[in-house]
Amino acid sequence: MVVVGAGMVGAACAYFCARAGLTVTVVERGSVAAGTTGAGEGNILVSDKELGPELDLALLSARLWRELAEEHGTAFEYEPKGGLVVAATDAELAALRGLATEQAAHGVTVEHVDPATVEPHIAAGLAGGVYYPQDAQVQPMLAAAHLLRLSAARVLTGTEVTGFLGRDRVTGVRTTAGDVPADAVVNAAGTWGGEIAALAGAPVPILPRRGFVLVTEPLPVLVRHKVYAADYVADVAADTAGLRTSPVIEGTKAGTILIGASRERVGFDRTPSLPALRSLAAGAVRLFPVLADVAVLRAYTGFRPYCPDHLPVIGPDPRRPGLLHACGHEGAGIGLAPATGALVAELLTGVAPSMAVDAFRPDRFVEVTA
Amino acid sequence: MSEVIFDGRSLPVRPGQTVAAVLLAAGVRSWRTTRVAGRPRGLFCGIGACFDCLVTVNGTPSVRACLTEARPGDVIATRDGAGRAV
Repeated sequence: MVVVGAGMVGAACAYFCARAGLTVTVVERGSVAAGTTGAGEGNILVSDKELGPELDLALLSARLWRELAEEHGTAFEYEPKGGLVVAATDAELAALRGLATEQAAHGVTVEHVDPATVEPHIAAGLAGGVYYPQDAQVQPMLAAAHLLRLSAARVLTGTEVTGFLGRDRVTGVRTTAGDVPADAVVNAAGTWGGEIAALAGAPVPILPRRGFVLVTEPLPVLVRHKVYAADYVADVAADTAGLRTSPVIEGTKAGTILIGASRERVGFDRTPSLPALRSLAAGAVRLFPVLADVAVLRAYTGFRPYCPDHLPVIGPDPRRPGLLHACGHEGAGIGLAPATGALVAELLTGVAPSMAVDAFRPDRFVEVTA
Repeated sequence: MSEVIFDGRSLPVRPGQTVAAVLLAAGVRSWRTTRVAGRPRGLFCGIGACFDCLVTVNGTPSVRACLTEARPGDVIATRDGAGRAV
């Protein structure tokens, strides 16, 4: 089989398919983790998922990450650090607690906490917070590279897919390095998954949603968990194209602190945006006033694969037998990668899938776009 | 001649010199150690991009030696690891 894309999701597909006994070739236009995987923070979150199929996928994936980490966690800096969501006002806190209660009924571990007891440097005067011990973090580029290595897949980097082989059924891909025949092709091209799907004549509506991350100078441990404001969940779920930012702060093993998260739909424009960067910095200082005189070393940008209904695209495409999709995870691709890879492997080998995948089916947009 | 104080000793400074230039001219090649392994670090890129040459100047930590102009009387200090107590 062929996996298109050597990001986190493609690497997880390769890993789980190889473990299921399949022979895997990964075709990647750039290099490993060169797209959205290398432009994120490595979040594995259940805390920001509202009830529904994405939460089920996140819970399955968080469990698979824990299992992977038991064997290989040090190779990709797996940190079960937990997430702290804070509310600035009583109204925000009521909404946050409402969501947490629903999540708790669906298997998410939640703890109502005073933010200051969990994060000593957090701003004073917050209304309250909820702590999510299942949230974790990995170094996403290391994780993608490591899972690819474990899969023993043939990895063709610098190789672009230019078309599909086969008339009705897909029998492989055409690439800039020649034809690669395969019994099945998995589209794990992330934000560029729409382009691959279009080449196969089975379109899926994936759009780029730009984000910036600020990186501070290395500091002593100052932010212990992944910390974000409660309005982040609303930002992720919003449909607007304009700039939205909500502070998301976390430390890394290297000592730097990563500051997100902005969302805007501006195509693939990489131009640094001063309003976005300024808003991120202001949000970070609001949550952690101690950051006010800390230097920012750099900012980086990337494009989340955004689907109009905020769900990923996972599973076989009935319009093109032999083609499966595993893309469109928005900002949650690192967290959702293992479950996506495991489901793809199960679907390809005829094993009953670990969870229902109907909500993720690739042809669900057809009625909307027709 | 004008001088700066580097870890307690006086080093000569000329007008317009960066902190890195002052240190290199005095034969100092490293003025920071890394967080984990404690390895020595000094000037690397020399143009403000790599953040390897961080140093403490007049009590302000994490200043880039390659971009910061040295002024007579400056107190410059090596830093260990993260170099900043919060």
